[in-house]
Amino acid sequence: METISRIIIVAGLIAVAAGCKFAPVKKSGEPIEEAPPPVAEQPAESEKEKRYVIGEEASLDVSAINDPASPLAKRVIYFELDSSQVDTEGREIIGSHARFLAAHPEISIVLEGHADERGTREYNLALGERRAKAVKQLMVLQGVDPNQIQVISFGEERPVALDHNESAWRLNRRVEILYSGY
Amino acid sequence: MKPKAILTLLLLTLLPFSIAHAVLKIEITQGVEGASPIAIVPFGWQGTGAPPESLHAIVAADLQRSGFFAPLPEQDMIARPVDPRQVNFANWRALNVDHLVVGRMAALPDGTYQVQFQLLDVHKGTQLAGYSIRSRKPDLRRTAHQISDIVYKVITGRPGAFDTRIAYVTVTGNRKQQKTYRLAVADSDGHNERILYESNRPLMSPDWAPDGRRLAYVSFRDGRSEIFIQNILTGEAQKVAAFPGLNSAPAFSPDGRWLAMTLSKDGNPEIYVMDLATKKLTRITRNDAIDTEPAWMPDGRALVFTSDRGGSPQLYKVPVGRRGAAGPVTRLTFDGNYNARAAVSPDGRRIAMVHREEGRFRIAVLDLDSGRLQILTNNRLDESPSFAPNGSMIIYATEDNYRGVLSAVSVDGRAHQKLSLQTGDVREPDWSPFKRRGN
Repeated sequence: METISRIIIVAGLIAVAAGCKFAPVKKSGEPIEEAPPPVAEQPAESEKEKRYVIGEEASLDVSAINDPASPLAKRVIYFELDSSQVDTEGREIIGSHARFLAAHPEISIVLEGHADERGTREYNLALGERRAKAVKQLMVLQGVDPNQIQVISFGEERPVALDHNESAWRLNRRVEILYSGY
Repeated sequence: MKPKAILTLLLLTLLPFSIAHAVLKIEITQGVEGASPIAIVPFGWQGTGAPPESLHAIVAADLQRSGFFAPLPEQDMIARPVDPRQVNFANWRALNVDHLVVGRMAALPDGTYQVQFQLLDVHKGTQLAGYSIRSRKPDLRRTAHQISDIVYKVITGRPGAFDTRIAYVTVTGNRKQQKTYRLAVADSDGHNERILYESNRPLMSPDWAPDGRRLAYVSFRDGRSEIFIQNILTGEAQKVAAFPGLNSAPAFSPDGRWLAMTLSKDGNPEIYVMDLATKKLTRITRNDAIDTEPAWMPDGRALVFTSDRGGSPQLYKVPVGRRGAAGPVTRLTFDGNYNARAAVSPDGRRIAMVHREEGRFRIAVLDLDSGRLQILTNNRLDESPSFAPNGSMIIYATEDNYRGVLSAVSVDGRAHQKLSLQTGDVREPDWSPFKRRGN
């Protein structure tokens, strides 16, 4: 029993560490100290002890939006050069938000699409939009009403990383999920 | 004499006389061998104190920037005639100069200035042109540019583009959330900068109207991309496109009545043309790909644009009419896998573009008659090419030590200059049309 718990905790920590690889999130996300409990566990008994379960975001209430420990804290999806394909990690992030939004049709988000500085500005404006729309489509497929989602592209005009190398470029090829008013 | 020495000399001669210095500094980075030697003699001055502008220096700088002329340094001038009657042609033949410009400026009692000049053929000993121009003080630089245009036209047979302007975007500020974006217009030599609009939200894609009085541009002032047209004289700005999705890449038609643009309101970025009188839209492309960056052919009957319908960005051409596309879309570029942001030459025979090769983005020109692509620049991240209205030069955005600067290259690739700000980035240049009366 003890060994299995240890393995689960280590696996959870690795998963958290891997997820935190590209540091920037809109909120000041501290790494989760405890490993997330396995899916089969019971939900928290009291309000004070919130535990988050991946896959059960539909049961979260609105306060989860501002909780840096919730799965909604990851707000950025990254892309390869010239591409608007969402990778596995992106799909996980999108899934969390989609499940939450599908259960909260009164909540709206903005998806902001971006590109790195290479290439022409207008094409990059269109590429940023294509990336945000790809994220939107995945959310809609998971039950989110399209009217809950607004798409805006900034192309290469709003980089988060200002260097001129791949470490910066990869951080700028992104879609950000913004919850307005929360 | 090496071009760099010539430039240093020009700058030294400019110093005692220039009152307003350029906000945009211009620097010749590569001169041309075999340029036509010309002497522009310092103009005579009739007035009190120092002359308000050094006209001969402005003319010499203009002609040198074109890449066609090599102005003789002042220190090599063995005589300083200010009138054709004072000219001893043998002197100038000995200096191997082909042409000579002499002139004089006088202060008039009403505060204006009388400028007279003659262009002389040294070998034949004849006068090729002579003009008298009356000018107010703030217009003296413009008078010098007009002299440059006349000299250029008489000698090369082609119109000069010195009495023109450039529009561009500047970005200043250190922290990424505190940037200031400005839309500016300056003389094409970087002087007389005027700020037309300022914002802490991004600005993109300035485009001149053919009447030289309006600029279209993309602004994020309301949180997303929208197209505005601003009257340069009155400062009045009108929002012309704020549809859902993208509103971007504005391009005035050659007759000024239509604005091509990229909108994604119907699902994905497509090219549309808006009738500016009625605001009615005509859709041009119908394709799941990104279609953007429209550029008009000079007859107003076709658009060149960027599309990734073939898998990656390339340039395509489509005839346009009142009801939309008037023929099939044809592909123009086949070299490499990234060709974008077309700029069509004024004679419609060449297309400048951003061309990617081995990860580097450079300016290239496609000759439509021969199909040949010539790469003109050798940098990492060049963009936004724009032709001078006489087709002889291309201005574009590039970087210097990671700062955004503008650069200009002659269409044969031989002459290069750089235009930079003291602080901050300059980007997205658009070269104005020729000036008309009243502008």
